[in-house]
Amino acid sequence: MRIIVCVKRVPDSESRIAKAKDGLSVDTQGVKFVLNPYDEYAVEEALKLKEAAGDGSVSVITLGGEESKETLRTALAMGVDEAVLLKGQPSVDGLGTAEKLAEAIKGREYDLVLFGKQAIDDDNLQVPAMVAELLGLPCATVVTELQVDGGAVTATREVEGGHEIVEFELPGLIAAQKGLNEPRYPSLKGIMQAKKKPLEEVDAGDAESRLEVVEVMNPPVRAAGQIVGEGADAVPELVRKLRDEAKVI
Amino acid sequence: MHGLTSSVDDNYLSDEHRMLRDMVREFADNEIAPVAREFDREGKFPWGNVAKMAELGLFGIPWPEEYDGAGMDVLASALVSEELAKVCPSHAITVGATISLAASPIYYFGNEEQKQRYLTKLARGEVLGAFGLTEPEAGSDAQGTQTRAEEKSDHWVLNGTKIFITNGGVGEIFVATAVTGRRSNGQKEISSFILTKETRDLEEALAVGTGHAVDLEYTPGFTHGKKEDKLGWRASDTTELIFEDAIVPKENMLGERGHGFKNFMQTLDGGRIGMAAHLLGIAEGALEQTLKFTSERRQFNTRICDFQGIRFEIADWLTRIEAGKHLTYHAANLRQAGEPHSKEAAMAKLYCSELANWATVKAVQFHGAYGYTTEYRVERLMRDAKIGEIGEGTSEVQRMVIARHLLGPETTPEKEDA
Ligand SMILES: Cc1cc2nc3c(=O)[nH]c(=O)nc-3n(C[C@H](O)[C@H](O)[C@H](O)COP(=O)(O)OP(=O)(O)OC[C@H]3O[C@@H](n4cnc5c(N)ncnc54)[C@H](O)[C@@H]3O)c2cc1C
Repeated sequence: MRIIVCVKRVPDSESRIAKAKDGLSVDTQGVKFVLNPYDEYAVEEALKLKEAAGDGSVSVITLGGEESKETLRTALAMGVDEAVLLKGQPSVDGLGTAEKLAEAIKGREYDLVLFGKQAIDDDNLQVPAMVAELLGLPCATVVTELQVDGGAVTATREVEGGHEIVEFELPGLIAAQKGLNEPRYPSLKGIMQAKKKPLEEVDAGDAESRLEVVEVMNPPVRAAGQIVGEGADAVPELVRKLRDEAKVI
Repeated sequence: MHGLTSSVDDNYLSDEHRMLRDMVREFADNEIAPVAREFDREGKFPWGNVAKMAELGLFGIPWPEEYDGAGMDVLASALVSEELAKVCPSHAITVGATISLAASPIYYFGNEEQKQRYLTKLARGEVLGAFGLTEPEAGSDAQGTQTRAEEKSDHWVLNGTKIFITNGGVGEIFVATAVTGRRSNGQKEISSFILTKETRDLEEALAVGTGHAVDLEYTPGFTHGKKEDKLGWRASDTTELIFEDAIVPKENMLGERGHGFKNFMQTLDGGRIGMAAHLLGIAEGALEQTLKFTSERRQFNTRICDFQGIRFEIADWLTRIEAGKHLTYHAANLRQAGEPHSKEAAMAKLYCSELANWATVKAVQFHGAYGYTTEYRVERLMRDAKIGEIGEGTSEVQRMVIARHLLGPETTPEKEDA
């Protein structure tokens, strides 16, 4: 079983994010970057599938700058066999990035391509489906349960208010949702070996952006909460405020 | 909140260090943070998490792979202490004492057979370890040791008591000092021994699958005594050790006869680096909590963190943390390189212990009444910080060590007589 996992380096969700001076991007100074949390589920699932199959390989691919090597090494430390850095900048919209990834994947052997369902930085949720389209692969997104039996895949998808179960034959593409598994911590052995594992660098060039960012805005400042009172006595006033002031009921 | 980043890290840390740090950070947030308050309140030892930390390999960080360690270095194990202590200092010292107080003297002074027999078990986290130096009459003055070892044909007989021993009850492998005779100048000859006993918490250890070794031959006449109820480090085990005609085979002397004092001084140098990192972690953990709280809490229609009185203190806080990092990581690298480092270790520990105490008092202050309740982590960190100025040499003792590097040994009338 050969599995390719596409991953992205993103700011830690707990980082304090500020607008950059140009007003078009995020100030990365002092921001801690991590492997995109949804990609962690994808990496974990790939490792589990490989372990269950008893053979095969797991590779990770990312499109990004030199600093993305850190992200690739995290995946290597988790147990991934090899990594590929496509040197170039991702596009604002998903398509440019998807084109670069699809181009790189096309030349490689694989049975399954895994993604996280979204990158938590720009939250586009586009790239997995676009890569599947470009490669002509069956695609299941927002997957919370996965079974691979020989070449047959059964995937449980999260849909509004319930679940949907889909089947397809390999090769195919899966985008992982939270709940798919519990990602492992990188092992110490993995950490020590991460640098010794192959990390291929490809000059991919920057992805074409078909969208232009014209402004980035901070979320509105949240006003301080109010304590209306305590116990049952406070309920009428709470309801009044929710109806007349907050206008939510 | 992971907001704290430091360019000091970029200066000292390799990619492996960073991955280790991030892994431990995630582990501490996921597995330790949710239970730390309860273990502190109950004064309960966190066996479940000990098993998980053993599985991750945290007990073997600096030891070579041939002894079942991770093959990392002193700085790496300092980082583990720092990250664990941000969330729960009791967890941090459980690992820290096993590595830098029990395994370390075996690694540095033990022979190959001792390393294979004892170090490997500690490195795997199969059992916990402890270091017994302090006695009722020998605190800061460790040379006041009264535990005696009497030489017999093929073994030693130990009698005495050690007190305040971290992992004393829970552990199974121990390094302890005892007086083995007198030198020609009348001074005590102190040597170290490796001893073993069954963990006090056998049931818990068996339940979690770590903490008890079936193939250790226990030292007859050696057992644990009373467990302390403490201000802080409440989920860490601090217990008395009792030697009653304890029979220790000759081959369990650790290092050369009469080198006990010198060897434990060197062991403590390493322990102090771990403690410095631990205390740094407390100061950082308290700052992270305080940044979060003061940017959410509003008074006078203003976020608390927007008051200049708070900002200036927070600025000092981060400045001191970065200074503490330089001191600590520098000392760790000196030790790793085999360079002299006892002054640097003492400075790092002194500085970071005062920092942790200052920082946690501020943290509670800036949380107001909320910080005074157990609902928030900072009151626990404040109680946990205090040990930093006492354990592994009090702050006064660190100052003595540092001053000796400038002025040489103190000459006092008593010393001249001796
Ligand atoms: C939670 C905890 C865990 C511990 N874990 C261990 C362990 O694992 N192994 C171990 O061996 N020990 C351990 N200890 C013991 C610890 O190392 C000692 O408590 C410490 O060395 C101080 O000794 P003491 O408590 O006897 O204080 P004392 O030496 O009695 O000191 C009392 C006060 O006098 C001051 N003082 C003493 N001498 C001087 C001097 N010459 N000049 C100026 N001031 C001086 C001290 O600084 C201190 O303020 C632990 C203690 C605690 C509380």
